[in-house]
Amino acid sequence: MKRWVDGRILPITVVVLAIVLIWYVFTVLLNTPWQQSVYGREGAVDVPFTQFLSDVFSQQRPVLPAPHQVAAEFYTSVFNAPAHTPRSLIFHAWITLSATGLGFVFGTLLGIGLAVLIVHNRAIDKSLMPWVIASQTIPILAIAPMVVVVLASVRLTGLIPKALISTYLSFFPVVVGMVKGFRSPEAIHLDLMRTYNASPAQVFWKLRWPAALPFLFASMKVGVAASLVGAIVGELPTGAAGGLGSRLLAGSYYGQTTQIWAALLMAAALSAALIFAISALEKLTERAMGARA
Amino acid sequence: MNGWLITALLVWLAAWGINEFLIRARTGNRTIRSAINIIVPVIFGVTLLVVWEGLVRGFSVPAVLLPPPSVIWQRIVASIPNPIWPDFQQTFLKSVLVGYAIGCGSAFVVAVAIDRSPFLKRGLLPVGNFVSALPLVGIAPIMVMWFGFDWQSKAAVVVVMTFFPMLVNTVAGLNATGAMEKDLMRTYAASYWQTLMKLRLPMAWPFIFNALKINSTLALIGAIVAEFFGTPVVGMGFRISAAIGRLQVDMVWAEIAIAAVAGSLFYGVIALIERAVTFWHPSMRGERAP
Repeated sequence: MKRWVDGRILPITVVVLAIVLIWYVFTVLLNTPWQQSVYGREGAVDVPFTQFLSDVFSQQRPVLPAPHQVAAEFYTSVFNAPAHTPRSLIFHAWITLSATGLGFVFGTLLGIGLAVLIVHNRAIDKSLMPWVIASQTIPILAIAPMVVVVLASVRLTGLIPKALISTYLSFFPVVVGMVKGFRSPEAIHLDLMRTYNASPAQVFWKLRWPAALPFLFASMKVGVAASLVGAIVGELPTGAAGGLGSRLLAGSYYGQTTQIWAALLMAAALSAALIFAISALEKLTERAMGARA
Repeated sequence: MNGWLITALLVWLAAWGINEFLIRARTGNRTIRSAINIIVPVIFGVTLLVVWEGLVRGFSVPAVLLPPPSVIWQRIVASIPNPIWPDFQQTFLKSVLVGYAIGCGSAFVVAVAIDRSPFLKRGLLPVGNFVSALPLVGIAPIMVMWFGFDWQSKAAVVVVMTFFPMLVNTVAGLNATGAMEKDLMRTYAASYWQTLMKLRLPMAWPFIFNALKINSTLALIGAIVAEFFGTPVVGMGFRISAAIGRLQVDMVWAEIAIAAVAGSLFYGVIALIERAVTFWHPSMRGERAP
């Protein structure tokens, strides 16, 4: 345990601290011109350095907010605002999270379904697989706002359009991973199933599916991050409907940099939490399947 | 049932039949076999377009929802000189390519630099992994504030988005060298740079190209999405959001088609370079001699 702590926690802490430090330096550098123009207007000369620093760190609309400003904004909008009003980040995060979750579940199911078809039918494999790969070179995120607007014109609003974008983004890693996973049993295992006179369904449930589970979790981690991005971009055109994406857009319209950074921080936290949840699920499943710890 | 639906259905069945026949065809001729491998997905793609056309016309879906491919094609042909080509120049040739080159290039240099320090490597890798899973597109509004409305801000978004996947993959690639090979280089009394150039970089190429391919899509997405946050009146992202506002759905689809083709070509070019550079890698050898 001691060795492990020495091995990873310390370097990561140092790196994170260094990033925070660099951030502060840039805060000062980027916000100085504006602060000096303020002093120029006030006619203040010979401002002591400590006074200057505290002024730089407490601007209303800084070019780059200092980390503690972002943290303060994050804290007030998470804990001090009522959770069901648009002023609260929890409110926005919940909207984004529900679209992400729905889209991710759809995407994973679709991905597994496609992978099953691809593994069991050569025609589908040959004709579908190149297009699955090509579909990801299409910058689908670019049309995310259009999908939302078009679906809104057929009275389909709210969660579903955003979830569809998340689905599109998250199905790909699952298809690729699961095709690999379903094909990972070795020929000798398949032969064994054949000597047992196992039906295709039995081969699937007793051999292919368990063999593919590690691949499933690995691709789910990629997929869930993609889902979150999809949900956030899908929220850009919906205006005041809520969600982290609309919060970003509002922040950019009104020059509320601190608000943008707080929303970004929330998005980062969501992403980390989702990936952590999937890792936890992975550990539980591995234990249930009798993996060595 | 009307003519369009029946045609679409027939084409679909026929194409399915042809594909089933083609993949069952046994032939020793390698050229024919690789031709089949190309034809089958092409038939599938064409069928998809025909079925799309047939369904849209057959059910008379309003063009505002989903225009048929033929209308989109007409729109593309009609508007290539203006506005598609200027948009393409603005978004792809300026924002994407410049941002991609700076992002991947600087990440590569940083990766080689931190590779010399195991401490930094252990610290930066988890952080880099974490950051590349973040929704980095979100920094687009901030970059627009910092670098203005023109393509520089979009290039900056692309730089940030492409930096971390490249960093993480390059560091992983540089670590891929086995101890045996390193020992061999040591017995040759090879210097750090000789080991890097002759052993470790070649071993890292597959990882680096993996990142370059991921980044090719990310870069295009970043540039287009960043244009939603403010842009001069040119650019693919601007055109898409402007056309949505006027419900010119065929224009939107035309831009998307161009973006898709550009994205696929970008990806394809990198894949070709990869094939030329890492011809020795098992995954490449396997394709040539099945």
